[in-house]
Amino acid sequence: MFGGFGENVRVALTGLGANKLRSSLTMLGITIGVAAVIVLVSLGQAVETFVRGQFLGLGTNLILVFPAEDSRGVTIRLTLDEVEALDDPLRVPDGLYVMPQLNLTRVAAFNGREAQGRVRGVTDEFPTMRSRAVAAGRFFDRTEVDGLARVAVIGTTVVDRLFPETYPIGQTFRLGDVNFRVIGVMENASSPNPFAGDENDLIFVPITTASTRLSGERDLRGDRPITSVLVQARGEDSISMAAAQIRQTLREERGISFRDEDTFEIFTQDDLLESLGQITGLLTIFLAIIAGISLLVGGIGIMNIMLVTVTERTREIGLRKAVGAQKNDILMQFLIEAMVLSLLGGGIGVGIALSGALLVSSLSAELAVRVQPESILLATAISIGIGVFFGIYPANRAASLNPIDALRYE
Amino acid sequence: MVSLFKRRGGRRDDVPVDVQGRRAVIEIQGVTKTYAMGDIEVHALRGVDLTIYEGEFVSIMGPSGSGKSTLMNILGALDQPTSGAYRLDGVDVSRLSESDLAKVRNKKIGFVFQNFNLLKRTTAQRQVELPLIYAGAGGRSRKAKAALESVGLGQRLNHLPSELSGGQQQRVAIARALVNEPAMILADEPTGNLDSRSGAEVLQIFQTLNRERGITVVFVTHDSWIARHTQRVIMLRDGQIVADAPIAEPLIAGHNERPSMEDEMEAVLKTVYYGGKEEEYT
Repeated sequence: MFGGFGENVRVALTGLGANKLRSSLTMLGITIGVAAVIVLVSLGQAVETFVRGQFLGLGTNLILVFPAEDSRGVTIRLTLDEVEALDDPLRVPDGLYVMPQLNLTRVAAFNGREAQGRVRGVTDEFPTMRSRAVAAGRFFDRTEVDGLARVAVIGTTVVDRLFPETYPIGQTFRLGDVNFRVIGVMENASSPNPFAGDENDLIFVPITTASTRLSGERDLRGDRPITSVLVQARGEDSISMAAAQIRQTLREERGISFRDEDTFEIFTQDDLLESLGQITGLLTIFLAIIAGISLLVGGIGIMNIMLVTVTERTREIGLRKAVGAQKNDILMQFLIEAMVLSLLGGGIGVGIALSGALLVSSLSAELAVRVQPESILLATAISIGIGVFFGIYPANRAASLNPIDALRYE
Repeated sequence: MVSLFKRRGGRRDDVPVDVQGRRAVIEIQGVTKTYAMGDIEVHALRGVDLTIYEGEFVSIMGPSGSGKSTLMNILGALDQPTSGAYRLDGVDVSRLSESDLAKVRNKKIGFVFQNFNLLKRTTAQRQVELPLIYAGAGGRSRKAKAALESVGLGQRLNHLPSELSGGQQQRVAIARALVNEPAMILADEPTGNLDSRSGAEVLQIFQTLNRERGITVVFVTHDSWIARHTQRVIMLRDGQIVADAPIAEPLIAGHNERPSMEDEMEAVLKTVYYGGKEEEYT
């Protein structure tokens, strides 16, 4: 019925080949647009994978509890008593581990060297909950936590600052006024992350030691205040349940009336991911608009060049009609030419995106940019769509030419 | 429309037949064509009656503005008459849709143009295959080869137009016009862009096709020397046929030298070249 699909593609390629510079300039817009779309999608996925990986590196199913201001603007700190309440399996049945954390800053000194030491008091459950391991020595155990032992496990940065020439394990150093013995060195934490900050310059000590020997602070009721509580839920499905139970328990402990707001905040990893997702989502929309504009401009370029082509080939169209081409034959011929143009442009864009992804992946070991087959499919669909959308008007103009006028056209 | 082309073998009974028993290929009755140029109506054709029979070799002559081009467009199914009837090969084409007209042009008419109208960057073989592609016909390359061989270009199948002389290009165009076995070939100033030698070659091909294969050929020309190679001259003036007569002794292409410039000049000075009495064109 038609002039044959293959025949049309052949004619289109011959025509495009005859105007190589013009064709490639026209394709450029689509090429850039498609490359942008693919890079964007791939980069977005890579960043998300990266961030997710970082969060998983913290340990799974974690819930973080912070104190918050109450309605009068007073912050009531969490206490070890409240931690004990949260550790009650009858009140928080979906919590697996509950660990108080106390952050302090004390001057650390060893052998004449001094440094600001960021101290974090934790329990022996820290390595398990946070999926962290020691590089050398060991982490403190339950007995040492219960016995207020003056032992410390230090991060790699601390090793560099305080023990540049000494094997740290077994050494005794001063933290404020108290002597601590180094019993272990933490494995290097991959990189600073939004959930926990840089953990390589931390000095881990038992929470009990921190809150008594280092801090000694007490609140009005005589309880020992802490910075935050980390709870690990039993499973992925029970995170929200555990969060609800924690909330209920703390409200009861603090005697908060049903009318009043919580005086603490509960974060799950999902919450943080979500707020992070909002930021990256905004960025994605912004970049998508740029890609969309570039595709639009590319499409208009194709339309423009197709209109030029149709005018240039008016006599050819007249001849084709004279020897029996139907309106549809001419329409298909020019539509296919526009599609070949946009598909070629899109194909080159895919190629550029693939090599760009390889480049980024080889430059950054942590950011594995992989071009998904779906995004190639999407790019192909977009290219065809643009070809059809912007090609239909010129093609229709060609198909509607009157053969007499077209044959006479100079 | 469906029955239009299925009747290939079957002939209509009411088609007029001439004294030699030849069927009419073209029957035109009372055809007029009026264009609206703004507020002014231009009467390009003012009632034309014309019958051309199978195997005839006719030239349509006339000065610019005589309606020659309009008549050619209507004969070629490129345009439709304002009124009147046009039957081509027994089919009324004066009231067909655009799509059906395209089919008529494809199957029943072979066009040859003054400027060849070949596609750029396309080999001779593919040029000739073009009407077959639009016809959806099979055996395209075989048919195209045969058509090119019949115009003496069997050795030039893969040549591009840029690699062929003017005469050869026009022969490719003739092969393209032939390939669908049309009811007639309509040639608009087919030698207009050619030198005398190539022109004679092209004329010779038309004469051979007409004589040996009985193909109906219609020339549209204003060159009386070219017209003298055909068998019948139809003269148009002001949208009407003013003369229609057979040529007693058609010239054989290549056998006669075109009159010298002096002779042509003399002819112009002594006689009225166009129009007037019919014997002046024989």
